[in-house]
Amino acid sequence: MSEYLLRAVDIVKTFTGVKALQGVSLDIKPGEIHCLAGENGCGKSTLIKVISGVYQPDSGYIEFDGRKYTSITPRESIAMGIQVIYQDFSIFPNLSVMENLAFNTELAAGHKLVNKKRMRQIAEEALSKINFNVELDRLVGTLTVAEKQMVAICRALMFNAKLIIMDEPTTALTKKEVAALFDIILKLKAQGIAILFVSHKLNEVFEISERFTIFRSGQLIATGNTSDLDDRKFTYYMTGREFENVKFKPSFEAEKPVLEVKNLTVPGAFEDVSFDLKPGQILGITGLLDSGRTELSLALFGLRKTTGGEILMKGKPVSIHSPRDAIAAGIGLVPEDRLSEGLFLPQPISENIVISEIDQLSTNLGVVDRKRRQAEVEKWVSELAIATPNPDNACSTLSGGNQQRIVLAKWLACKPDVLILNGPTVGVDIGSKHDIHTILQRLANQGMAVIIISDDLPEVLENCSDLLVMRAGKIVANLDPSVTDEATVLHHMM
Amino acid sequence: MKSLRKTTGRVEFYIGLVFIALCLLIQIRSGQFFTSNNSVDILSAMVVPGIFAIGEFMVIVSGGFDVSFPALASLSAYATTKLFLDMNYEGGALLPLLVAIAIGALLGALNGLFIGYFELPAMIVTLGTSSVFKGFMQGTLNSKQLAVIPQGMRNFGTSALFVAKNANSGLTSRMPMTFICCVVVLVIAWFILNKTMFGRGIYAVGGNPISAHRAGFNVKRTRFFLFVFVGMISALAGMCRTCMMQQMHPTNMLGMEMNIIAGVVLGGTAVVGGSGTLLGCMLGTALIVVVENSMILIGIPTVWKDFFVGALIIVGTGISAMRVATANKPGANSRLRKEGSR
Repeated sequence: MSEYLLRAVDIVKTFTGVKALQGVSLDIKPGEIHCLAGENGCGKSTLIKVISGVYQPDSGYIEFDGRKYTSITPRESIAMGIQVIYQDFSIFPNLSVMENLAFNTELAAGHKLVNKKRMRQIAEEALSKINFNVELDRLVGTLTVAEKQMVAICRALMFNAKLIIMDEPTTALTKKEVAALFDIILKLKAQGIAILFVSHKLNEVFEISERFTIFRSGQLIATGNTSDLDDRKFTYYMTGREFENVKFKPSFEAEKPVLEVKNLTVPGAFEDVSFDLKPGQILGITGLLDSGRTELSLALFGLRKTTGGEILMKGKPVSIHSPRDAIAAGIGLVPEDRLSEGLFLPQPISENIVISEIDQLSTNLGVVDRKRRQAEVEKWVSELAIATPNPDNACSTLSGGNQQRIVLAKWLACKPDVLILNGPTVGVDIGSKHDIHTILQRLANQGMAVIIISDDLPEVLENCSDLLVMRAGKIVANLDPSVTDEATVLHHMM
Repeated sequence: MKSLRKTTGRVEFYIGLVFIALCLLIQIRSGQFFTSNNSVDILSAMVVPGIFAIGEFMVIVSGGFDVSFPALASLSAYATTKLFLDMNYEGGALLPLLVAIAIGALLGALNGLFIGYFELPAMIVTLGTSSVFKGFMQGTLNSKQLAVIPQGMRNFGTSALFVAKNANSGLTSRMPMTFICCVVVLVIAWFILNKTMFGRGIYAVGGNPISAHRAGFNVKRTRFFLFVFVGMISALAGMCRTCMMQQMHPTNMLGMEMNIIAGVVLGGTAVVGGSGTLLGCMLGTALIVVVENSMILIGIPTVWKDFFVGALIIVGTGISAMRVATANKPGANSRLRKEGSR
């Protein structure tokens, strides 16, 4: 019996000439919590698919429980006790909790007919494994993200799992839900189940894992005990770059505010919100998920109907009833969910960049001036260092960080006076996150007024010159980030 | 209370209400709707659209659209009728029905091959095969109207389960034997969809094909056999139509697909796949059939039929779209969440 439950040794995997994995290794001990980290596209997902049998490696081998395999099929992988919980949880939103839990077992047993009684038993047994409580007849689509994840975990436990692989499990969870998930993970560990936890969030890696492995561009960079790791090393291993975290200091602040919000109210979301914003300032707005912070950004961009208060741009009252009004007034918004709201993913990168300024690039006849369009696209691709071989590729070919830069480019191209960003670095890897912060600070120093709406406290404390805290639809605190710590902000948020 | 809210929250409930309201309206205006002969006429008119709707329903649940079934049914029924005419066949209707169903299975397998195994979108494939089936029928089989059909099929189409007589007007209506076909198909489809893992697989594939694959469903095979089954019942519907009309008119069924799809969607079947019930599907179809057949009873000329069917589709699908929109509002969501936590 070897010391390790799973050993993946010198795995190479090539896709049409691109080396996704260049001889990486990963060792997991029985019952340990192991964190696999790396930026997007580093090969994490490819290795998971090799371990779960979805891909066959070009060379290298896998040892599980002391037995050596040169390749595994998905069926073998499950039989060996490996379970993967994918980011989308692999659930059926249109079916009941019971069916979601019982399908795998029923299909594995080769049953052809539906037996509700037996399925109910299977489902109850699955839920009891982690003492999770949910009505079996509810449709999974009506559950919260955290509950869906619990369903996926329960289902994975049905197969005498020895290793559970969780692919970025905390992406869509609130802080409280993450804590609950970590409790479950510790419980599973106590039952002797090893967990491979895939994440690129630094604080999570430190909080939960005992050992770590970091990949960069398909290569193993570092592996060891998490206790030997610190923030600096972690970031360096991930990105291969050293970052100087620069605290934002406004280089100048104009006298007159560019944006004044007075007693703005959206019923049911927030009320009586007032603040001023000057050019060169980065204003942070933070608060819990239901504090009204998102609705505030939407209202400023004409996407929520306000019933009271007014908005002044450069001292003049403006009425904003639609995004078109907001753009005309000089307000840009980088929305919370960039994928669904901010980008046309299947469309070329270039189209996405110029979409908001298409009116300005048109001739008097309404035909787009191709030369000016091309120049504009090239300018932004180089300015924001968007990593693409060809701006005519679809946006969906880019990583999260690069997609976020395109959303930025799109708005900067309109030259707004006020740029609002809602969760600008959610789901973005460390390197891109740092780059985006640098860009925002530079923009402010060039005279733009920026609003960052985020619950990432280090982000707002580091990058903002002023910080507003919202709670239950009201602004409850106006803090100076240079003399405030996270605990104080949290205290105001709760 | 909870089960009541569950009932009133369902699309079937509303479509049922609209259906009853329409029936009552026609009854009040004409006094003819609930007479025995009209009821039988409506049920008889349901036979062919009903079977088609069941097939379309299953395809939509699996996450696709089938627009080839009228052409598939026409080709199967035409080929069968022609074959048995040329043979001077004098036996019963069972053998022709089985032959037609076999041809339907074969044609359905062609759909299933492209949609299941080559993973092409169902809508595009069936648009193509629809044209191919039509072309084959008109070209290779050189189709023209067959004014006579084999005696056995004729008897099957004209024989009645029972005859309903309107005591006041003296009008009679026969409940055709083919009605049994519709009921049998409905029962089989219900059994498949609710009681077999294959049927649950259809829902699973419609909900999320990747998850279905990971859970262990054979997604390709599920889609393949789904289209084989739909081919079989569509061919059966084609034969029912031919027998009931006492003649084979090759283009008579073409163009039915739009109203069938409309009925299925009206009945609350999600166009993105994965959800819907046979009850809703039948109610939606019945609503369309009643509008198509009964406008004349309230004095609206038949030329207005298309107008009202169209309006019904817009209003019906509009209402379900609105319900989805309100359910997705933040307020509604938080209410849902609270209910869930209780």
